[in-house]
Amino acid sequence: MLTSTVNMAHETPKLSIQNLNFFYGQFKALKDVSLVIPEKKVTAFIGPSGCGKSTLLRTLNRMFELYPEQRAEGEIMFGGENILQSKLDIAILRAKIGMVFQKPTPFPMSIYENIAFGVRLFEKMSKGEMDERVEWALQKSALWGEVKDKLHQSGNSLSGGQQQRLCIARAIAVKPEVLLLDEPCSALDPISTAKVEELIVELKEDYTVVIVTHNMQQAARVSDYTTYMYLGEMVEFGETRQMFMKPARQETEDYITGRFG
Amino acid sequence: MNIQELMANPLYRRRKWTNRVMLVLAGLAIVVGLFWLSWIMWTLFSKGLAALSPSLFTEITPPAGETGGGLANAILGSVLMVAVATMMTTPIGILAGTYLAEYARNNTLSKIVRFINDILLSAPSIVVGMFVFLVAYYGLGLRQNAYSGWAGAFALAIIMLPVVVRTTDDMLKLVPNTLREAAVALGTPYWKMIFTIGYRAARTGMLTGLLLGVARIFGETAPLLFTAFGNNFWSSNLSERMASLPQVINQFGLSPDENWNQLAWGGAILITLLVLFINIVTRWYASKHD
Repeated sequence: MLTSTVNMAHETPKLSIQNLNFFYGQFKALKDVSLVIPEKKVTAFIGPSGCGKSTLLRTLNRMFELYPEQRAEGEIMFGGENILQSKLDIAILRAKIGMVFQKPTPFPMSIYENIAFGVRLFEKMSKGEMDERVEWALQKSALWGEVKDKLHQSGNSLSGGQQQRLCIARAIAVKPEVLLLDEPCSALDPISTAKVEELIVELKEDYTVVIVTHNMQQAARVSDYTTYMYLGEMVEFGETRQMFMKPARQETEDYITGRFG
Repeated sequence: MNIQELMANPLYRRRKWTNRVMLVLAGLAIVVGLFWLSWIMWTLFSKGLAALSPSLFTEITPPAGETGGGLANAILGSVLMVAVATMMTTPIGILAGTYLAEYARNNTLSKIVRFINDILLSAPSIVVGMFVFLVAYYGLGLRQNAYSGWAGAFALAIIMLPVVVRTTDDMLKLVPNTLREAAVALGTPYWKMIFTIGYRAARTGMLTGLLLGVARIFGETAPLLFTAFGNNFWSSNLSERMASLPQVINQFGLSPDENWNQLAWGGAILITLLVLFINIVTRWYASKHD
């Protein structure tokens, strides 16, 4: 039932999803989803609770594989391989496709170690290089100024908004190609939200960003493309401006204008 | 309804009264518990304080009818056997608990293992002692050499193991899944996530379980009666019979010999203080790291 209102010929596809189905045990949570996520753009997934937008996000780095009763069928092409089938090591896949979650999840260690942790998994570097990398990631996530004097304090000592930016810094420190953001601002106050949104817009210069959000204004503010999902199906995909001004389908318009959902 | 009416409301008044009655009952329950504890402590210290002397730590258990002597061999035996038991238990218990919580959280095997572990947790310790004795006597064919420090340590390990398995399992299950997901989302292999994130997040609880397990086996008497048996001489050889504090207290406390009785009181105080100390260290560590 997908309506695509956009010609994407001028975009480079980063992730191509074809006929994706997803199951929680017997329950089918995604039905035949097909979608192209363009490189170095922000793509937003919107839709009411339970529509499958987080599920879709969690297939992109195979996060669902932690849970034995969940499985995905179909094709997600990334770098010339179907990540659902390929023998590509899952650790390497996840290093290329980073993720930030709804709730801030600082590791039980210092701010510095939180960031160095992921870097050490794949790169051997000197103390000086690591210091540089940590500063770079914290600069990029607009947190450096607030934490540069307390890098060795626990990550848990930061405020919620700072913790979330720490998690973003941690995700970009390993230099992924894609960043998946699962409602990254839902636990944050408006000021922290504004900071994270600014950050998302900056990040797309270097990264492909996919964001799941409940907040339609947020989708309108930060994203280039938007997907509206309902009951596990993709209803509409298009340029964000187009979608919010003049959606192609009545269901999308009802949801965006608040008449439904 | 305004405030006066609300306060006159019979539902509200009944709730108030229920609250008062339950508070009094809860307070009484505390008093009853503390009463027996303080009685035990009072008896222990009033009778045992006189027995505390340096010779307790420097001299070995005396023969019946003699004066003086100490508990040095029993202290050594207890420390050795508890240490060996802890070294046997810690890796096995933590690995088993990790398997249950991280790799097999809800499958049939883990349900069976948890069930059996809970039974083991409440198994009568004398049965554990007899089991180890029978294994040593018949199973290993050791016959008259069946009594040994190793057997004692092994029996203590069996008592301690389910405690460690249970606390490791419980504490790792308390680590939020979001933290696991965050770690693997960076490309961390699952085993490495457990070592670097899971254990770090759960370490306070896991260490608490370990220390409480140590405290528990320090005071165990029954499993040692059939295994380490006891030894009235200084011996650090785990292949021989070995004295231990609880077993000496049991033997000396039941004897008519007054000197032996005194030493039993001294031993009882030592164990109590040690267990108290372990508990305090545990609480201090937990409060410092949470």
